Amino acid sequence: MTNTPRTLFEKIWDDHVVVHENGNPAVLYIDLHLVHEVTSPQAFTGLREKGLTVRRPSQTLATMDHGIPTTPPNIPITDAMVINQISQLEKNCTEFGIPLMGMDSPNRGIVHVIGPELGATQPGMTIVCGDSHTATHGAFGALAFGIGTSEIEHVLATQSLLQQKPKSMEIRVDGTLKPGVTAKDIILAVIAKIGIGGGTGYVVEYTGSAIRSLNMEERMTVCNMSIEGGARAGMVAPDDTTFEFLANRPLAPQGAAWDEAVAQWRQLRTDDGATYDKTVTLNADDLTPMITYGTNPGMGMKITDTIPDPADVADVSARQSLQKALDYMGLQPGKPLLGHPVDVVFLGSCTNSRLHDLWQAASVLKGRKVAPNVRMLVVPGSQRVKAQAEAEGLDKIFIEAGAEWRESGCSMCIAMNGDQLSPGQYAVSTSNRNFEGRQGPGGRTFLASPLTAAASAVAGAVADVRVLMNNE
Amino acid sequence: MNPLKTYTGKIVSIPTENIDTDQIIPAQFLKVTDKNGLGKNLFFNWRYLPDGSPNPDFVLNRAESQGATILVAGDNFGCGSSREHAPWALAAFGFRVLISTGFADIFRNNSLKNGLLPVIVDRETHRQLQSLAEEDPETRITIDLPNQTLTLPDGRTVNFPIDPFSKHCLVNGIDQLGYLREHLPAIEEYEKTHPQRVKTI
Repeated sequence: MTNTPRTLFEKIWDDHVVVHENGNPAVLYIDLHLVHEVTSPQAFTGLREKGLTVRRPSQTLATMDHGIPTTPPNIPITDAMVINQISQLEKNCTEFGIPLMGMDSPNRGIVHVIGPELGATQPGMTIVCGDSHTATHGAFGALAFGIGTSEIEHVLATQSLLQQKPKSMEIRVDGTLKPGVTAKDIILAVIAKIGIGGGTGYVVEYTGSAIRSLNMEERMTVCNMSIEGGARAGMVAPDDTTFEFLANRPLAPQGAAWDEAVAQWRQLRTDDGATYDKTVTLNADDLTPMITYGTNPGMGMKITDTIPDPADVADVSARQSLQKALDYMGLQPGKPLLGHPVDVVFLGSCTNSRLHDLWQAASVLKGRKVAPNVRMLVVPGSQRVKAQAEAEGLDKIFIEAGAEWRESGCSMCIAMNGDQLSPGQYAVSTSNRNFEGRQGPGGRTFLASPLTAAASAVAGAVADVRVLMNNE
Repeated sequence: MNPLKTYTGKIVSIPTENIDTDQIIPAQFLKVTDKNGLGKNLFFNWRYLPDGSPNPDFVLNRAESQGATILVAGDNFGCGSSREHAPWALAAFGFRVLISTGFADIFRNNSLKNGLLPVIVDRETHRQLQSLAEEDPETRITIDLPNQTLTLPDGRTVNFPIDPFSKHCLVNGIDQLGYLREHLPAIEEYEKTHPQRVKTI
């Protein structure tokens, strides 16, 4: 074994290379394959056409999350295509022996929420899923990334993938977050800094004291949006915070195996002297609540800033892109976003739908009301999150404030299930993408944290949560 | 997969930067369980007006753009989601080659597995291709994949990068799963020496 100092990423990569023939991509072994209803049907068809089986059903976990409704379970699903995708997944899982967290399962939820909460996501693993937000699982010190449907078929058939080795990037965030500033603001600031293509070709490791002090749910928020900066994977080295989160989860190691696993996981850190291909630094002390104003997640600013002017952008293509974005968003350069009217507030998605996120929003909404002109949807990330939130009385806070308390799923983040904006509507959303039409054709999205979302729901307009907090 | 060796086709330009996969194929079309029929929904929200009629201002709807099979797109094309429906839709529409100054990682991987060649060029060549497409919509260019060159109408050739494995698969129309399955004995050996980290059953 080599003594050359290695990064966390290199350690996990080296540990999973099955074969690496000169000039060809590496055959990389996959420890956990997560499957959902929308990107998998064609992969199972491929297996059938080739007469292949699933190599490791016990390293595979399936659920439905993208297209399912978030209405009460006694209301039947009406979309025939959604019904078909659900029944296809059920049939595929039965036929190929894959465990499924199905419609009636108390463990169902957004695939990137249930992996960690069941303890299936563990440090040092390679994890893939036909979804770009698979980067979320990197919060546990795993190498986790999204794949296409052809690659889903590859993993189903061989439990391996052909991969070119990516470059490594360190994003170091030192300092202390101020009140009202959250993990979501860190990652929105990172993306605003590096741009949405800035991480292309890289795996990111988030380091620094500000990252270290985040809880697991917050680390997941940061890693989740690595793809919005162009990086397929983002990771945080595991520590006691990680181990405390995983202890006694149903699929985590138990007893003596747990102690052995933790001892191994403690080795999963970047060695002193190891180098990254690129390093980016941010100071948490300088961060404020962030919000996006445009049609990609890199178009973000401090919530107190004014909307940038395309006339100030030197590059022709970038200027045209900004102008196109502002035209779509119906926004004027030089104006603030604070006070801009909002029609819908969405609290949910694999970025911000875990218990900590719900607690943060509830802390703002408690004793307050959602403005009469605003529809607020609260969509927990999983049925477990929903049950836990109800046990802690969060549902009552949301309902009393006038928000909708719904079943779990991807919901208005991808707007496949009927939860969507009407053309022209403005939303403050805790999700991850503000692309044109992402939350419904013609809909216009401001991405922000759960705190900002809740404050904006109360104000009926884009609001700075720090003002509410200072008035308490 | 259709092999792609030397290919000559008509170009069309969509200069917008950061065209995401939600623009290439919106999420409402991901409810299918096969790969067919996505071509008509390519760039749906740009291509059709709210009443369902073709948007006459969108370049792919113009008469002079018909028959284009090489798309010249702005930087960071295909960013966003992992949906392979994006390359499926582009291929079903008739595109064989995509040219940009940069592609998102997952999209690029997905394209290569569907006989769709992503070609990365420098900014100057990209600008030239954009101008050519706008000045003469009948402009045709030639891609020589074995030699990794793109030939412009004035005869100038430009090299483009591609990893040798993807090139080999595309030139010969090889499905990568076949190569991966050749390594099953090594995968089995790996499993014997590496304990299973998680058991979902």
